Amino acid sequence: MVYLDNAATTPLRREALEAMLPYLTERFGNPSGGHRVARAARLALDEARDEVAEVLGCGPGEVVFTGGGTEADNLAVLGVVAARGGTAVCPAAEHHAVLHAVEAVGGTVVGVGPDGSVDLEQLAAALERLDEVAVVSVMTANNELGTLSPLDEVAAVVEERAPGAALHTDAVQAAGWCDLGRLAARAQLISVAAHKLGGPKGVGCLVVRDGTPLRPVLHGGGQERDRRSGTHDVAGVVGFATALRLAAGERDEAGPRVGALRDRLLARLVDEVGGVVASVPLGRALPGHLHVRVEGCEGEALLVLLDDAGVCASAGSACASGAVEPSHVLSAMGVPRSEALTSLRLSLGRTTTEADVEVAATAVASAAARLRG
Amino acid sequence: MRVLVGMSGGVDSSVAAALLLEQGHEVVGATLKLWGGASDSGCCSVADVDDARRVAQQLGVTHHVFSFTDDFDEHVVAPYVADHAAGRTPNPCIECNRHLKFDRFLRRATSLGFDAVATGHHARVAATPAGFELRRGADGAKDQSYVLHVLGQAQLARTLLPVGDLHKEEVRRRATALGLRTAGKPDSQDVCFITASAGRAAFLAARTGLHAAEVVDGGGAPVGRVDAVELVTVGQRRGLGVAGGTGRPRYAVAVDVPGRRVVVGEPADLLRDGVEVGPPSWVVAAPADGAAVLAQVSAHGTARPARWVSGGVVWDEPQRAVAAGQAVVLYAAADPDRCLGGAAAS
Repeated sequence: MVYLDNAATTPLRREALEAMLPYLTERFGNPSGGHRVARAARLALDEARDEVAEVLGCGPGEVVFTGGGTEADNLAVLGVVAARGGTAVCPAAEHHAVLHAVEAVGGTVVGVGPDGSVDLEQLAAALERLDEVAVVSVMTANNELGTLSPLDEVAAVVEERAPGAALHTDAVQAAGWCDLGRLAARAQLISVAAHKLGGPKGVGCLVVRDGTPLRPVLHGGGQERDRRSGTHDVAGVVGFATALRLAAGERDEAGPRVGALRDRLLARLVDEVGGVVASVPLGRALPGHLHVRVEGCEGEALLVLLDDAGVCASAGSACASGAVEPSHVLSAMGVPRSEALTSLRLSLGRTTTEADVEVAATAVASAAARLRG
Repeated sequence: MRVLVGMSGGVDSSVAAALLLEQGHEVVGATLKLWGGASDSGCCSVADVDDARRVAQQLGVTHHVFSFTDDFDEHVVAPYVADHAAGRTPNPCIECNRHLKFDRFLRRATSLGFDAVATGHHARVAATPAGFELRRGADGAKDQSYVLHVLGQAQLARTLLPVGDLHKEEVRRRATALGLRTAGKPDSQDVCFITASAGRAAFLAARTGLHAAEVVDGGGAPVGRVDAVELVTVGQRRGLGVAGGTGRPRYAVAVDVPGRRVVVGEPADLLRDGVEVGPPSWVVAAPADGAAVLAQVSAHGTARPARWVSGGVVWDEPQRAVAAGQAVVLYAAADPDRCLGGAAAS
């Protein structure tokens, strides 16, 4: 089996699992309590928070643990709009967790360029035009394409045109690969999910810089300093912190290594399959992402044949039923629908090997040959 | 054989997959996502996909979901709307079988290396020296050969209809015996892309103009009004806004969409000697001109004796008028289960 769908989720790191196990067994306490069992859980939670804060380059009090990336995105958009009033703005290629949240508050969606990253002129014009902008949300890297956003330029535009607005960045896809302390330094809010970097599913965090007004979306016991109620998933948080620390530690080695494998995979596809075009320049994308269009091959059919050959990949976008859906990202980029439906996303990860790349390239070649008849 | 079973999430296709496994075929299931909008019946909703997937998991077969919404819009929904706008009475299930299940899906299956597709339709395919015949299902009440009459040799050669030999009760019995969650699921009704709550009028009103029309009697005297002339079908009795002045039921006998006029009359005014049709499609070959046939004009109607004369049928006894667009499906007079093909009434 060759797993090339690391943008969807990644295998749980052994170390993360081992770190989690005690909190799923004997150390089962609720960290909000006052006795020894609770204190043991609290210690783990506090240490995990310190660890996450250090990697993300923020203070521990700025880390709000959530039930994953989607919740973090929703909290950022809905929470800031609720606290501050005004509207929300995001580019059209955001993950649906941001896009639909922005739409839910009646916000404004701006266009993207041909590489899927925000059109800075359109963003500037929208911020100029709108009266009260509470939050601007621009993803660190696109989940379908891997394209990195020009966050420094985005921050400059926001500071100039909407000085009161908070900048949120969905770093869910980028967190495993990038130094967020540097890349997202100018954002007031940052979303991260554990399972994209070798942690468990269902846990993540929103970094909320001090001074950023935020109202909770979930009401309850007032955990996370009144920003996110609900009993902590201690094991999940511990697994998250462990995975994030490991990912940060191996980043300098893994990025170039995986990037080279990805480049090799594209080269082989171009040589052996033909009619293969990378959707964005690879130099501007995360190292694990390879989003291509395979001429004459419907992505949906390609995926079935690859699955038959033991290669797990994605078309980049799917709906709740599991069907491949025409990508809103490609549509925002102006890619014609017929071409968008030939999309194939091969996303490599830290566990991808050279042998995986060889098997995948051969499988794509044979599947494409079959579909092209 | 490697068989790709179209699994709608209903009991028939669930049992079809199970029967194929029993017969020793290599089976993979696929659910077609056809309609992107709201739905409460048919095969398009996420709940139905969930049922299909759970059945596939239970049977231990791989399950895929294919999104054919673009093709469905183009070949089924758009013509459905256009037909109504033109005052015709379309049958979207036939167009779905013609363009989606036995074309798009069949081509997809072939390109993925499958030898055949299967569905849960109640009809039978029989290999004979003359070719592949399409025959009525064993359960006459559930027979679906009418909506499959568009299949020709190329499709039938690669199509399996495993539940066609069974009565519906037997299908449910097998599903229950296998513990399939779809065993008690009600049969799908009506048009899958139109919700029961909003209905056909709302669906069409959002996509085409619906126009009020005058209802007149045979002499041209106004007797009532309807809100949407596009929704009136020849032969219709209810909803014509006609007060029962004469005390006898009155039927729509002519619908003039551009003229915004519906003519009503008595049952005798509906009788016709025959019906003209558009381009036909034949299962094996065209019947000879003048051949005795049985002609059926609705999915669960009775097939009546007639003669096929190129371009239409002539009834042995006058029959009620057939609305334009309705399929006229022919069966062999000497072998009433054998479907010959058919065409839309013009």
